[in-house]
Amino acid sequence: MAKKLIDLVNISKSYGENLVLDDLNLYVKENEFITLLGPSGCGKTTLLRIIGGFESPNTGSVIFDGKDITNLAPNKRQLNTVFQNYGLFNHMSIAENIAFPLKIKKKSKSYIEDKVKYALKLVNLDGFETRTVDSLSGGQKQRIAIARGIVSEPKVLLLDEPLGALDLKLRQDMQYELIRLKNELGITFIYVTHDQEEALTMSDKIVVMNQGYIQQIGTPEDIYNEPQNAFVADFIGDSNIFPAVMVHDKLVKILGAEFECVDVGFGVNKPVDAVIRPEDIDLVPVGTGILDGVVTHIIFKGVHYEMEVTANGYKWLVHSTDMFPVGSEVGIYVKPFEIQIMKKPESEDEEAIVIDE
Amino acid sequence: MTNKHSLKKLLAGPYLVWAVAFIIIPLIMIMYYGLTTEKGHFTFANIATITTPDNLKALGLALLLSIISTLICLILAYPLGMILSNSNINSSSFMIILFILPMWMNFLLRTIAWQSLLEKNGVINSVLSLLHLPRFEMINTPGAIIVGMVYNFLPFMILPLYNVLSKIDKDVINAARDLGANGFQTFHRIILPLSVPGIISGITMVFVPSLTTFVISDILGGSKILLIGNVIDQEFVQSSNWHVGSGLSLILMIFILISMAMIAKYDKEGEGSAF
Repeated sequence: MAKKLIDLVNISKSYGENLVLDDLNLYVKENEFITLLGPSGCGKTTLLRIIGGFESPNTGSVIFDGKDITNLAPNKRQLNTVFQNYGLFNHMSIAENIAFPLKIKKKSKSYIEDKVKYALKLVNLDGFETRTVDSLSGGQKQRIAIARGIVSEPKVLLLDEPLGALDLKLRQDMQYELIRLKNELGITFIYVTHDQEEALTMSDKIVVMNQGYIQQIGTPEDIYNEPQNAFVADFIGDSNIFPAVMVHDKLVKILGAEFECVDVGFGVNKPVDAVIRPEDIDLVPVGTGILDGVVTHIIFKGVHYEMEVTANGYKWLVHSTDMFPVGSEVGIYVKPFEIQIMKKPESEDEEAIVIDE
Repeated sequence: MTNKHSLKKLLAGPYLVWAVAFIIIPLIMIMYYGLTTEKGHFTFANIATITTPDNLKALGLALLLSIISTLICLILAYPLGMILSNSNINSSSFMIILFILPMWMNFLLRTIAWQSLLEKNGVINSVLSLLHLPRFEMINTPGAIIVGMVYNFLPFMILPLYNVLSKIDKDVINAARDLGANGFQTFHRIILPLSVPGIISGITMVFVPSLTTFVISDILGGSKILLIGNVIDQEFVQSSNWHVGSGLSLILMIFILISMAMIAKYDKEGEGSAF
């Protein structure tokens, strides 16, 4: 098992009255691609800036490789940041930009030249040495910022929504580039984004955050298939979230209909939330499913049809490659293991569950 | 299409008339007077009067004092510009008003105010004698002229510097720190080079009016210290010799053109211009 590289212990941060991070604990293992995912204002960027050294926490400490670096200046930390707005130096050529961290470290000229060349090759921009920053496209600027971030061989690269300003196609290409880079370089990536698809595609581990709390930590599969609360279920992908009653182990009552499930340990006749992903709902002939409904809306999405099925007074979101025209009567069936049961939050506060692993 | 175009041109008309009447014609007249004798013959003699020892001394002193006051302005304004560009909008606009406020008062009035501050029996010396401290004699010295120049022209240095410094992306500075540069290296390699347009703009906007002033040297230097501006003033007003005055003005104009060329070279995008 890889060792802990960064350990965040009891981190709190507030700006005046506004509490941004509340007693947060998180560790990052060596050579991990970890993504901080959450809506804007959830504290993910603040957390990244605390790791980078641009903010200091009100309480708690940042442990890096066994040493407390909470109060260390950014230039003394063995980690580099790729900023959202690239942070490139306009008055320098591309080669000078990439050479900057090496020049600061007073490396030899030939070493710098080789390294710049290698870094440009890594980001697929060979021969860009003499270009100016202004002459680059957004995607190219992003690559240069990454090249500059990795050229001095930091142990960790922090990325603050680096793909936010790029168009869809380029963003997808860059996602694969980043995975490749991380594997080639063998360094830890800490990635901040609000884009759940980006997080699912690239990460080894996703940290879902909301309102300064960690909501869930897990692999992309964990987060998607077994969201621990309604926030995570709602934020990651489309989902149907139903108020339900756990009749007993492995049986849940959703909107009056009883569904078999695989969850145990919620008690008897306990109110819960049930999550069913739209692609996990099977539309079957009327009468053969668990309950019946009527298709009330349909949109063609390319890969699948997105349908709205009204059943037992609730609009079910269904993704299916089969098309059922509006007005057709259908049966709804869900396989037991595709229902995810979550404890109902008793209050607002509890919705923000802090997980200490 | 052509109609619309010519209509737009017409809008520039009033200013064009103004510019021709009060900028271009006077310039041509100065050129004419500067390059002719009283009888209208072409000559370089008027321009050559700059080589007389008195005139050379006045030009040298003007250059020296304006260079010193430009440097003082730069040293005062740069740290201030950095502080202002880092502070939040509200407090920085308050500070800017504080520094711009003197500009709204009449130039002559400000200079005369300094005279009454620095005079032998002026405000500063009265306070000093009240406190039983030794009096000091500053009025009618080059130092007094420098004080007047710095006080009057400092805002012209602050504005372009603030303007260019506040435009530097905070992420660029953070990136430099992040990549290993300490505070000094970040300043030396990032902030300073990026603020060059503002520095050039500020230097020019302080240096040119300092070099050509005659009012400040008149009021704060008495009649003892002559700058090139005072010499030209005397040629026009006292000697009524427009030819020599114009010839010397042409010399000054060369310095102004050099300064303008510097701005054009370093400030292509108009980043440093404050207004």
